[in-house]
Amino acid sequence: MLSYAARRLTILVATLGFASLIVFAALEVLPGNAAETMLGASATPETVAALAHKLGLDQPFGARYLSWIGGALHGDLGQSYAYNSPIAPLIGAKLAVTLPLTAFAMLIAAGVALTAGVYAADRRGKSGDLAIMGFSQLGLAIPNFWFGILLVLTFAVRWRLFPSGGFPGWGDPLAALKALVLPALALGLVQAAILTRVTRSALVEALGEDFMRTARAKGLTRRRALWRHALPNAAPPILTIAGLQFSSLIAGAVVIENVFVLPGLGRLIFQSISNRDVLVVEDCVMLLAGLVILVNTGVDIVAAAIDPRLRAA
Amino acid sequence: MNTLRLGAICVGVLILAALLSLMWTPYPPAAIDVPHRFALPSAAHWLGSDSLGRDVASEILAGARVSLLVGVIAVGIGVGFGVALGLLAASVKGWLEDAVMKASDFAFAFPALLLAILLTSTYGPGIVNAIIAIGVANVPVFAKLTRAAGNSVLEREYVLAARAAGRGPTAIAFEHVLPNIAAPLIVQATIQFAIAILAEAALSYLGLGAQPPMVSWGRMLADAQTWLYTAPRLAVFPGLAIAFSVLGLNLLGDGLRDALDPKLRARR
Repeated sequence: MLSYAARRLTILVATLGFASLIVFAALEVLPGNAAETMLGASATPETVAALAHKLGLDQPFGARYLSWIGGALHGDLGQSYAYNSPIAPLIGAKLAVTLPLTAFAMLIAAGVALTAGVYAADRRGKSGDLAIMGFSQLGLAIPNFWFGILLVLTFAVRWRLFPSGGFPGWGDPLAALKALVLPALALGLVQAAILTRVTRSALVEALGEDFMRTARAKGLTRRRALWRHALPNAAPPILTIAGLQFSSLIAGAVVIENVFVLPGLGRLIFQSISNRDVLVVEDCVMLLAGLVILVNTGVDIVAAAIDPRLRAA
Repeated sequence: MNTLRLGAICVGVLILAALLSLMWTPYPPAAIDVPHRFALPSAAHWLGSDSLGRDVASEILAGARVSLLVGVIAVGIGVGFGVALGLLAASVKGWLEDAVMKASDFAFAFPALLLAILLTSTYGPGIVNAIIAIGVANVPVFAKLTRAAGNSVLEREYVLAARAAGRGPTAIAFEHVLPNIAAPLIVQATIQFAIAILAEAALSYLGLGAQPPMVSWGRMLADAQTWLYTAPRLAVFPGLAIAFSVLGLNLLGDGLRDALDPKLRARR
């Protein structure tokens, strides 16, 4: 198990390095260097050159990449051109919204998917199963931002139960949580559709295995056999898919923050794109990609801890 | 009614709407008519008119065109490059197969939306960059599928026979592997098509995809959100159009999977 974890961690470091290279290259080497992009088409070559020099863009690619990565490893993400302030605290403040939002959404998705998936698998082919499968088919087809708008229409415009957007800050934790309820529902429920299907099919497969017959034969009730034997055996594929879903959860959070005007990382990315604040976009995208890679590695290790057969792969 | 037929009908309606919009819409989709803004659904405006007096029914029809176009090209990019890479990996094996698979695993961790953000912040927002981003995100999906399915075909005896008869790896890949893995590829293409429509809608909603005057369901929703208190109905129709198309494609994909693989049907 330890050697498997070590192997996965080595791959993690390599993947993160590769990802950083791609993010950096995409924004820095492609036509139109950052200084030109920031100043717009009307800038004279002299001002572009002056800004390029100030940002260190006149240095070779390798040197710039190393200084970016070196800085990042020390917690220095560089200076924001538009905000004229260090980027690290800026991103930190936005994470205080984005991280709770994704965690909240993940909790909703996992809770709904496990309950509905287990219920559907247990009653395979019956009306409860068909209803849940129908709902999940709908959930797959509904864009999360449209679902968000519909939630606003119902719970904010019509019934005025929740705010339609904005974030009051964590100074008032209750109001802050209330502001996150609709966004987390929009994100989590749509996510739950996929996870419900995976849970159901993994569980249906496990329920058909020989060990289930053995468990019943030695006197376990149907329900107890399901929780004690089928679910643990169905767990690794569910976990793996949940991990892969994390990347679309992060992408979804970027969209949902724009629906609900939440001051998180997604909003920061969009403001920075329109401000042409290239370094901030670079840092944010790298952070999100890094988070996704990290979670997937974690999931792989946990899945291998549950199922020793996965360690060989 | 079975899934396949239901899905095929939905997708048929989508294609018909797109074709119809090329020849006829009740009004020109981008025609602004401010005096008749926020018109309620009526005989003159079947689904009403939006904040600039544009006819919503015409916009929905024209939006089908954009969704289909994005789906076809983005899936085309994914199939073109992904199948080629997957076939190469399966036929050549060795370090090349390793490299293609490692790269695909890596790309899986990179959400298409982040890729689109990177592209649009460098080259500027627009439908072309959105299509490229969605297409590139499709490549690893098809590369992995082609390699896995291709490897199982390459172990068959008829491939051994072809090799014994002197056929080269390229000929075998095109004459034997490709026709035999077409079924799973078609199913996956249908599902990726649905995902592409969702991605385009999200990007256009964020302002990174279709730019005015091009009509897109995602952009219509972005406009509608500004007027939620005045005209909530505007937020309903484009969303329904997206959900209808994606649902149809997903049902078609599920139906095709069952129809093309009878073993799966028995297990359900």
